Amino acid sequence: MAEGPKGPAKGGGNKPTLSLHVPEPTYRPGDPVDFAHINVPEAGAQARPDEACEAIETSDLCYDLIRVLGDDNKAHGPWDPKLDADTLRTMLRHFAMVRAFDERMFRGQRQGKTSFYMKCTGEEATSISAAMALASDDMVFPSYRQQGVLIARGYPLIEMINQIYSNKGDKLKGRQLPIMYSSREHSFFSISGNLATQTPQAVGWAMASAIKGDSRIAATWVGEGSTAEGDFHSACTFATVYNAPVILNVINNQWAISSFSGFAGAERTTFAARALGYGLAGLRVDGNDPLAVYAAEKWAADRARANGGPTLIEHFTYRAEGHSTSDDPTGYRSAQEREEWPLGDPVMRLVKHLTELGEWDDERQEALDKECMEEVKAVTKEAEKNGILGHGLHHPFRTMFQDVYEELPWHLEEQAAQAKRERQIKWPGEEPWS
Amino acid sequence: MSTKTKDNAPAEVGSERRLNMIEAINEALDIKMSEDPDVIIMGEDVGYFGGVFRATAGLQEKHGKTRVFDTPISECGIIGVAVGMGAYGLRPVPEIQFADYIYPGLDQLISEAARLRYRSATEYIAPLTVRSPFGGGIFGGQTHSQSPEAIFAHVAGLKTVIPATPYDAKGLLISCIEDNDPVIFFEPKRIYNGPFTGYYDKPVEPWKKHRDSVVPEGHYKIPLGKARVVTEGDALTILAYGTMVHVAEAVCAAKGVEAEILDLRTIVPLDIEAIEASVEKTGRCLIVHEATRTSGFGAELSALVTERCFYHLEAPVERVTGFDTPYPHSLEWAYFPGPVRIGEALDKILEA
Repeated sequence: MAEGPKGPAKGGGNKPTLSLHVPEPTYRPGDPVDFAHINVPEAGAQARPDEACEAIETSDLCYDLIRVLGDDNKAHGPWDPKLDADTLRTMLRHFAMVRAFDERMFRGQRQGKTSFYMKCTGEEATSISAAMALASDDMVFPSYRQQGVLIARGYPLIEMINQIYSNKGDKLKGRQLPIMYSSREHSFFSISGNLATQTPQAVGWAMASAIKGDSRIAATWVGEGSTAEGDFHSACTFATVYNAPVILNVINNQWAISSFSGFAGAERTTFAARALGYGLAGLRVDGNDPLAVYAAEKWAADRARANGGPTLIEHFTYRAEGHSTSDDPTGYRSAQEREEWPLGDPVMRLVKHLTELGEWDDERQEALDKECMEEVKAVTKEAEKNGILGHGLHHPFRTMFQDVYEELPWHLEEQAAQAKRERQIKWPGEEPWS
Repeated sequence: MSTKTKDNAPAEVGSERRLNMIEAINEALDIKMSEDPDVIIMGEDVGYFGGVFRATAGLQEKHGKTRVFDTPISECGIIGVAVGMGAYGLRPVPEIQFADYIYPGLDQLISEAARLRYRSATEYIAPLTVRSPFGGGIFGGQTHSQSPEAIFAHVAGLKTVIPATPYDAKGLLISCIEDNDPVIFFEPKRIYNGPFTGYYDKPVEPWKKHRDSVVPEGHYKIPLGKARVVTEGDALTILAYGTMVHVAEAVCAAKGVEAEILDLRTIVPLDIEAIEASVEKTGRCLIVHEATRTSGFGAELSALVTERCFYHLEAPVERVTGFDTPYPHSLEWAYFPGPVRIGEALDKILEA
């Protein structure tokens, strides 16, 4: 019999002993926070290569941080997208709407109207400003915190709420966990819930678009934590091999539930720098700077549309709230982090910029916030007429068996008959079958 | 339409056109690519080279390299990319070089392709046909011999199809490609070139001597979920698919057993009516598959037959399967569920 290793080796004389490094975040609950170690370069200081450049010319930008909005609330440098005031106000309106929506839905979950919700507080720019830089029919393969994309694309709030409540108005027939939206009409792919699976799918969609000589590109979003999945590696490999017209947005919000970004490799390098090993163009952008996010996404979109190939963008941001309604971040990180985050709040930065331009003021902001809150409130009431989770107004029972296959096979027919019998026993006289 | 390649020229015998299984698969792919511009093929070595088993030979030259192309060695990527292509509106036919290599793509198959129609309430579908050679008997060792069909049969939303003849391979593959659900198409590689009967010490006859190698030209379909009666008989029912159809047939012939052999062709959806009708007639049922035994698809078949035909049974349902070990290289023929194991089971079930 072969003998396996037995306990700790005794070491071989003067051989050095090995030690395992287990990453540990800088701050835990109660710790005072000082983010002085995060390098925040001056806004406008980053060079902007031509969209048609070689991927390797973006190397410096993978370790830098593209910033446009300075401490003076003005736009600076070559990445300034020079958006007009109307566009900026539209962006701000989407920000306000997402924030109002998140507040209301979070509260709804606490009130027992649904099982689950996820806010995107602090990360609004990474979806809204990015989406605004894409064409409305560019295909989006989101992760779970990109409600801003739907709002920027004008997806009706009532559809979102119906989905969150899994009620009889839910277009997804109450099959998906809340916030796992899908809207083909808005070129928004069905959200999985399994992580990073959407990344090779986005690349495949982009390849298909190229195969067909289409003009639409694809964009995907993935958290920094999920870049550790093999799918992300596959996505980067296929993207570079076929020069696919795709944008890989990595949202580095520092936290994957309770695991800080160090568990995805952030102690050693940046996520943008992942691009270099694959030969992808890479950009690292201040994810709380709406203008910088817009500019980076636009750069990547223009590049992809011109057959220049894929771009990986790291959006450096901060998850200001818990991972979801099921999470309590006070158990693993310092509450001070949010206050001390050196890149500020994306909504406030845009408000201040528009104010600085003389195109906005506190009064208008207050009115906008109120208007959004009232709209969300009204739509929520409307959606509640379709029911809330667990209160009967769901889709008919037979829908449980539909769409597993295009046609119902015999074994599902038999199981549906069983469910129908059970329904008559469990809820006699109620609950529509079909 | 005939696909002529330097490696695989169709064999003409008399007035009937005969193809081996590779040629039949190649022809099905060629027909679908010619008919439907949304059909694309990708996989490791499938492009210029035409696949390690030559199933895609000549297709890149004929249909262009943006429709038939090589991929990185990444099954996760191949399936993931195919799901995205399906969402776009293409009809991808990815090849996984060996079924043993499919596992890195399982999340994309199980969590994504299989559930996309359901979770998006039909907004998106994944009309993929994943072709993959499977099964042993070729001295492939433990990483080129596995039969993982039960894993896929367990997944709601996937269909699993396994042809046993050139005629079926072509007609079933065309059905799979036209199907809007994701399909796993397992090709029994031991019978690519001839209907191996399990008598490993005897030469294998080429397909051109077999009745089911007569393959009509052009488009035809064999519906998914319809079993084929290989031989009619009253002594017992044998449920099999892939290579084991031929092994079971040969053993019954050698022993003079008049079995009713059903080639299931597709295990999901399953032709339960054909199974019930046959077992009710014969009262005895033997299930044969090459895959490992525990939780193999035979367990499902055995349960179904017992649940649905119990009062017609005159003997316990028997299973002949591979052993619950990895597929051993040097002991391949000790592992393979061949004539001896099947013969013993036949004796047992017929004596009961």
